[in-house]
Amino acid sequence: MALATTEAAAPVRAYDPNARMSAGLWLKTNLFSSVWQTLLTLVVAAVVIRVLWFVLDWGVVNAVFYTTDPDVCRAATGACWAVIVEKHRPMLFGLYPYDQHWRLVLVMVIYLSTVVLSLWPRCWNLRFLVPLWIFAVGSIGILMFGGVFGLRYVPTSEWGGLPLTMLLFTGTVLIGMPIAVLLALGRRAPLPVARGVSVVFIESLRGVPLITILFVAVNVFPLFLPAGVEVNKLLRITVGIAIFFACYQAEVIRGGLQAIPRGQYEAATSLSLTYWQTTTRIILPQALRISLPAITNHIIAAMKNTSFVIIIGLFDILTATTAVMQDPLWRKFYVEAYLFVAAVYLFFGYALSRYARQVEKWIAAGRI
Amino acid sequence: MTDATPGRAAKPPARRLKDLIYSEFFRTVIYQIALAGAVVLLGFYLYQNVVENLSRQNIATGFGFLKEVSQFEIGETLISYSSRDTYGRALLVGLMNTLSVSAAGIVVATVIGFSIGIMRVSSNWLLQRIALTYVEIVRNIPVILQVIFWAAVIRNLPAPRQALELWGLGFLSNRGLTFLLPVADPAHAWMLAALGIGIVAALIAARLARRHREATGRYIDMLWPSVGLILGLPLLTWLAFGAPHELSFPERQGFNFRGGATISPEFVALMAGIALYSSGFIAEIVRAGIQATPRGQVEAARSIALRPRFILRYVVLPQALRVIVPPLTSQYVSLIKNSSIAVVIGYPDLVNIGNTVMNQTGQAVEAIAVMMVVYLIVSLVTSIAMNFYNRLVAIKER
Amino acid sequence: MTQTAPTPPLAAQTATAAEPVIQMKNVSKWYGQFQVLHEVSLDVAKGERVVVCGPSGSGKSTLIRCINRLEVHQSGDIFVNGLEMTDNVKNIDKIRRNIGMVFQNFNLFPHLTVLENLTLGPMLTRQMKKSAAEELAMHFLRKVRIPEQAQKYPLQLSGGQQQRVAIARSLCMEPEIMLFDEPTSALDPEMIKEVLDTMIELAESGMTMIVVTHEMGFARTVADQVVFMAEGRKIEAAPPEEFFGNPREERTRAFLDQILKH
Repeated sequence: MALATTEAAAPVRAYDPNARMSAGLWLKTNLFSSVWQTLLTLVVAAVVIRVLWFVLDWGVVNAVFYTTDPDVCRAATGACWAVIVEKHRPMLFGLYPYDQHWRLVLVMVIYLSTVVLSLWPRCWNLRFLVPLWIFAVGSIGILMFGGVFGLRYVPTSEWGGLPLTMLLFTGTVLIGMPIAVLLALGRRAPLPVARGVSVVFIESLRGVPLITILFVAVNVFPLFLPAGVEVNKLLRITVGIAIFFACYQAEVIRGGLQAIPRGQYEAATSLSLTYWQTTTRIILPQALRISLPAITNHIIAAMKNTSFVIIIGLFDILTATTAVMQDPLWRKFYVEAYLFVAAVYLFFGYALSRYARQVEKWIAAGRI
Repeated sequence: MTDATPGRAAKPPARRLKDLIYSEFFRTVIYQIALAGAVVLLGFYLYQNVVENLSRQNIATGFGFLKEVSQFEIGETLISYSSRDTYGRALLVGLMNTLSVSAAGIVVATVIGFSIGIMRVSSNWLLQRIALTYVEIVRNIPVILQVIFWAAVIRNLPAPRQALELWGLGFLSNRGLTFLLPVADPAHAWMLAALGIGIVAALIAARLARRHREATGRYIDMLWPSVGLILGLPLLTWLAFGAPHELSFPERQGFNFRGGATISPEFVALMAGIALYSSGFIAEIVRAGIQATPRGQVEAARSIALRPRFILRYVVLPQALRVIVPPLTSQYVSLIKNSSIAVVIGYPDLVNIGNTVMNQTGQAVEAIAVMMVVYLIVSLVTSIAMNFYNRLVAIKER
Repeated sequence: MTQTAPTPPLAAQTATAAEPVIQMKNVSKWYGQFQVLHEVSLDVAKGERVVVCGPSGSGKSTLIRCINRLEVHQSGDIFVNGLEMTDNVKNIDKIRRNIGMVFQNFNLFPHLTVLENLTLGPMLTRQMKKSAAEELAMHFLRKVRIPEQAQKYPLQLSGGQQQRVAIARSLCMEPEIMLFDEPTSALDPEMIKEVLDTMIELAESGMTMIVVTHEMGFARTVADQVVFMAEGRKIEAAPPEEFFGNPREERTRAFLDQILKH
């Protein structure tokens, strides 16, 4: 199944090949419809089988799954998954003090359960969500920073690994979405000055690479502040990525806004709703539903984009893995290590897009 | 909201103060003045702070540093450069490198993307699935990870002594991609010119053929003559110059190669990473474009007995291109922007060199401004071109 | 050149107040260089039912949309309940609260249930409690005879049902005036009657109504005054017997011939 949900429409077909078709007929239509197709199928199948065979041979049959001795891996002809077992802690947790890693495990558990609960429609009422998030943010903050309850203080410069990736990602989405909505509304506002400001802001940030924005967050932003005022680097970077994300998301939301018929505004006006009432109750709920597939794509992109922090030296999962792979003993097994990191991104991307599909189904069924 | 006609202005909105406060027009104006004022004030405040901070830290301002000597070397240059040249020239070198790696990346991404995109709509189930798997994998792994991965792969390739041989045409080693190259000859420039002339001639011929068809109704097949013009003219030029066919073969020598041409490992890794990443998106764009022509269109064209080539040229392509070109262009722009991650693997692109300049001079604001402006210009030019294109196809529509 | 007809004497049979609730004096409006309304004047008394008809593009929709300022007129005066329609946001709000509007395309909010569509206005603009708003909503849903659809979404209903929901939604604001902008034009023929029946009941209850429609049967039975517009001008206004039986203007006759032929 597709990871990113871009498909607006299914392939145009006269019939659904999977419906009410015998296996034989299905094979004939989809694989062996002509001599040329049969030949193609056979050649491609041969290549696929060879590749799969190699993957199996390398990845499973001859692979080393567990050892603490890199020489065992060196001797084997297959993959060395042992490198992940051996190095998983620095890869997943980065520079965070080694003996404090249990705190990060706890953080991950709290974070993931909070997110899963928040995505579940049955939990969608503020009386549950607000305390949940207050608890989550509070406990994650205490666990990450420490300094109270006998926990050792850990500055943000030592944070790292998967928790940092998730923090950046969550921060990006939570900070970025409201900004995106405001920018999108600004760009569609009846006030020319608001439109102008939004357009210039959106287009100039969309025109530059994310790296330059990270440079601004790290090198230029401190100059903007009066002497003596400092903002945490991690926070600056998160806000930087969030604003970048917001500019793309704003364009998506604007697309949704444009799709709302004029009549909806007129009906709201005739009910004497104010601009903000109309926007929050009538227009935005519909616009966000319409643009959900594209919104999801940009949220997934935001997750991928957190990896850009390697350039400014934050130890997210990718930076940590790259650093770990400098170890001369294990350096040779970089493929396995990077495959693992890729798998982490693929997993979360897949989960997000499956969830988005589910939401689209709920919307179609009128449940939300 | 109100579109008052010149000379037909809306009624004077307010007469008394109370009316003024509740006047929609007045409020609209006030909101906008407030917003504009806030933006200007914020800008001024930030500017003030920057000036103050810079003077306190004794950092120079302005773009004078562009004329200062850079004192650093650059590994890969398309134009002559040494550490005695200026920062400005160093940035220019970076820009050239950005453009060259992007150009190569665009070509590779387009070729792979179109192939995979066509596979995505193949009637062969197996091909479809393979294409889909490819697209999902390359699109969903961060581009930085892909670039770092390819850099690691190349770094771990054998040294030149044990380099992988590519069918006698070149070598792949930890020194990059080395391949054979024809020995430079004056003929090459002329062949390039001939290619250009060939393309122009083919276009003119096609137009003449169309005029002829429109005037007489007789169709002249210009496919093969065009191919002949475009390929034949350079070939003839080559022959005219006595067919210089001396090739420079790379040979292993010591720790490196002699002869041929070499592309640096960083270039290959960066190009591979950003090109494969984009190819996944391009494939989806192509798929959407192909599917944008409804089956009924082709059937309608067949029903008026159009030849298959005409169906492609006059029915399918115009509709597909209208869907493909705009997102394809923005994909190209995003590839160019992605090339800015060169700094993670040490390829000297604009951002990488800008970063070095920034660290040496401390003039972060100016250095980052230079980078941003360059990318903004690329984006701006592209979007202007796109608007132009859209207007072109929109006119055709009517 | 057709001269704008002078405002005819009110032939309101059920009008109770002499002071008109809606007064339009020489209202003109332009879209760019194109004039859609040419000095149109129209008075509507309390409880009066006015039907506006005319060929498409005659400005009849624009006319009634000026009454609650969905369109902004550029010259002339509009008074609703004695309040002048200027760009004074307070007055606009007061006027709009008094006017319900029903659109050709229903314009129900598709993401809200029927009940939520009805309670939204009362809760947000009249600050009613949820329970009270729901009670009010159910009252009007029963009036338009679809209380059982309260929990459904608009797109799950037929066109006729949607339009009746839209009428109920406007009534929930308890307006004094109702505007109908071609309420049956987007409906399949078999659904027109149910909507017209609802409107007739509403008219019988004494609601002040301005209806833009091509339904001449409705105009004949319900209207106190029929206004005919063409090319942005008010051509003729008369009680239905006079309007249908003995139209004064050539263009009215032509229009009636055309529309009543089948």
